[in-house]
Amino acid sequence: MTLMKHLLGAAATLALTGGAALAEPAIIFDLGGKFDKSFNEAAFNGAEKWAKETGGTYKELEMQSEAQREQALRSLAEEGANPIIMTGFAFGDVLNTVAPDFPDTKFGIIDMVVEQPNVKSVVFTEDQGSYLVGMMAGLASKTNTVGFIGGMDIPLIRRFGCGYAQGVKAVKPDATVILNMTGTTPAAWNDPVKGAELAKAQKSQGADVIYAAAGGTGVGVLQTAADEGILSIGVDSNQNYLHPGKVLTSMMKRVDNAVYDAFKEGEDLKPGINVMDLKAGGVDYAMDDNNKDLVTPEMKAAVDAAAEKIKSGELVVHDYMSDNTCPAGSF
Amino acid sequence: MDYETLMQILGSTVRLGTPLLLACLAGLFSERAGIFDIGLEGKMLAAAMAAGSVAAMSGSAWVGLLAGIGASMIFAMLHGVASITFRGNQLISGVALNFLSSGITVLVAQALFGQGGRTPPLDGAARFNPITLPFADSVKDVPLIGPLYEQVISGHSILVYAAVAFVPLTWWILYRTRFGLRLRAVGENPAAVDTAGVSVKGLRFAAVAITGVLCGVAGAYMATALQAGFGREMTAGRGYIALAALIFAKWRPWQALGATMLFGFFQALALRPDVVERIAQVKIPVSALDALPYILTVLVLAGFVGKAIPPRAGGEPYVKER
Repeated sequence: MTLMKHLLGAAATLALTGGAALAEPAIIFDLGGKFDKSFNEAAFNGAEKWAKETGGTYKELEMQSEAQREQALRSLAEEGANPIIMTGFAFGDVLNTVAPDFPDTKFGIIDMVVEQPNVKSVVFTEDQGSYLVGMMAGLASKTNTVGFIGGMDIPLIRRFGCGYAQGVKAVKPDATVILNMTGTTPAAWNDPVKGAELAKAQKSQGADVIYAAAGGTGVGVLQTAADEGILSIGVDSNQNYLHPGKVLTSMMKRVDNAVYDAFKEGEDLKPGINVMDLKAGGVDYAMDDNNKDLVTPEMKAAVDAAAEKIKSGELVVHDYMSDNTCPAGSF
Repeated sequence: MDYETLMQILGSTVRLGTPLLLACLAGLFSERAGIFDIGLEGKMLAAAMAAGSVAAMSGSAWVGLLAGIGASMIFAMLHGVASITFRGNQLISGVALNFLSSGITVLVAQALFGQGGRTPPLDGAARFNPITLPFADSVKDVPLIGPLYEQVISGHSILVYAAVAFVPLTWWILYRTRFGLRLRAVGENPAAVDTAGVSVKGLRFAAVAITGVLCGVAGAYMATALQAGFGREMTAGRGYIALAALIFAKWRPWQALGATMLFGFFQALALRPDVVERIAQVKIPVSALDALPYILTVLVLAGFVGKAIPPRAGGEPYVKER
C-alpha cells in the first residue's frame, strides 16, 4: 500500500513537473522584424538574456503581415505557451478578443493597455526619455534647428516627438523643431530610403541633430545623418555603435527588461498595468565610448539634473497621449 | 516657396524618381512585348539584396551592381519560362515571384551575414557615391542656373545619369531599330510576327531579359547608392508605383521619364509638409500627397486624361498555330 502511495505520488509529481516544463514562454515580434536594431531587437535581447540565465527555451514568432496577428496568437495559446508576450501597440485589439478565450494563459503586451484579467500591459513613458534626448539635441545644435523623424503616424510616436520638442524648447526656447512622420501605413517602419530623404530634407531646412523614432526606417536616417556630417539620435535600443562618433545618443526604452521580467515571472505573470517610467528605469539615454566625445560634461549635468526633477515629480513632461495635443510643436 | 527650397525638392525628386524611372523602363520593354510584369517589385528587391551583399563582401559597388543584375535576371528568366515557355498566367507568375523575393532575400541575407536579413553597412568604394559634375562649385553662385546645376543636375550617383541616358536609348531601340519594331509588333500582333518568320518566344525572352537588367540597376541603386546596404522590404512598393507610372505614361519612354519624375516630385513634396502648407495655406495631410500617383493613374485609366491603351496582345501567351 505504501509502495503504491509512493508510486502514485511520484507519478503525480512527474505529471506536475512535466506540465510545468511544457509551458514555454513565447514572444511575438511585430512587423518591424526581430532584428530592426531597435524596438523588436530589444525585446529579443531580453528573451535571450532570460534563456541564457535560466537555460530555458522559448517559442518565437515574427509577424509577416497584418492579417496574421489573431491566428498567430491563437495558435501559440493552443500550443500551450505561457506566458505569451507580444511587442507592439498593434496587438491591442486582437488581444482583447483572444485573451478571454484562454483564461488560463497569461499574456503580456508592450506599448498598449489591454484591460483583461489575464493580461499584463507594459507601457513606457517615452515622453520622459525623449525629453532628455531633446535637451541634449538642443544643447548640441549649432543652427538652433533640430529634427524629429517618426515612423508610422500614431499617437504613440507623436508622444516621442512631443516629449522631444519639449526637451529642446526647455534648453533653447527659440529653437525650431521640425517634426516629420514617414507614413501612415506599417510600411513606414521599414522604408530607409524615405527616411534618408526626410533626413536630407530636414538638413536643408537647417537641422543639425535628428532624432529618429522609426524602427527600420531609422537606420536610413542615421546613415544619412552620418553621410551628411550631422548628428542623429537613435531609439529603443542603444544605437550609438551604428555610426561611432556620429550618433549623439540613443533614447533607450528598456523593452529588454520588460520581456526579461515577464519571462522570469512565467506563469505567475501579474496582470495589470505596469508603467515603466524614468524612475523605474524604463527609459533612459545612452552613454558609451562611441558618443563620449559628443556629450560635454555640461550637457550631461543639465540632462541629469532634469532627470532627477522628473523622477521627483518636480518637472512634469506633457504626455501627448493624455489629451492628443502638444504644447511644444505641431505635427 | 523660394527658389532654394524648390531646388532642394527637385534634387530630392531626382533621387526618388530614379528607381521609379528604371523600373518603369523595365516594365515598358516587357509590356511592349506583350508580357505583363507585376513582378518589378520582386526583381528590384532581389537585386537590392544581391547588390548589397556582394558589395559588402567584395568591397566594390560595381561588382555589387553586376550581382544585382544577375539576381534580377534569374527572376526575370523564371517569369519568362513560366509565362512564355509554359504559357502560364503572367499576373500569377509575377505575384508569385514577388512573394518569393520578399522571403528569399531575407533568408539569404540572414544566412550570409546573420544580421536579421540586413546586409552590413557599406562605405567607400562599396557604394556609388555622388559625383560632382565639372564646374558645379564655380557656377553655384550664378543666379537661377547655378543652384539648378549644382543641386538638381550635379551631385547624384552615376546610376542616376545612366538611368536618364536609358530614356533616349529606349526610345531609339523601340522606334528606330528593327529589333524595336519587332518588339512592339510582338506585343500587338504576335501572329503577324510569327508569319514573318521571326521567333515570338525569342523576342519576348529578349524583352524580359532587358527588364531584368533594368530592374537590377534599380535595385542596386537603392541598396548601394541611396542607402548603404539592403534592408528587409526596402523597395517599399516602388515597383507598383512604377507600374502606375507606366500606365500614366501610356507605355512610351519620354512620357515615362515625365511620369516617374512627376511621381518622384509628389514623393519629395510629401517630405516637406511645411512647404505644402505655405503654398496651399491649409494643412494637407501627407498621406494625400502619397496617394496622388495612384489617383492620377486611376484618372488616366478611367479615360479622363486621354486614353491609355495597353499593348493589344499583353497578358496573353502566344500559341503557335499548327
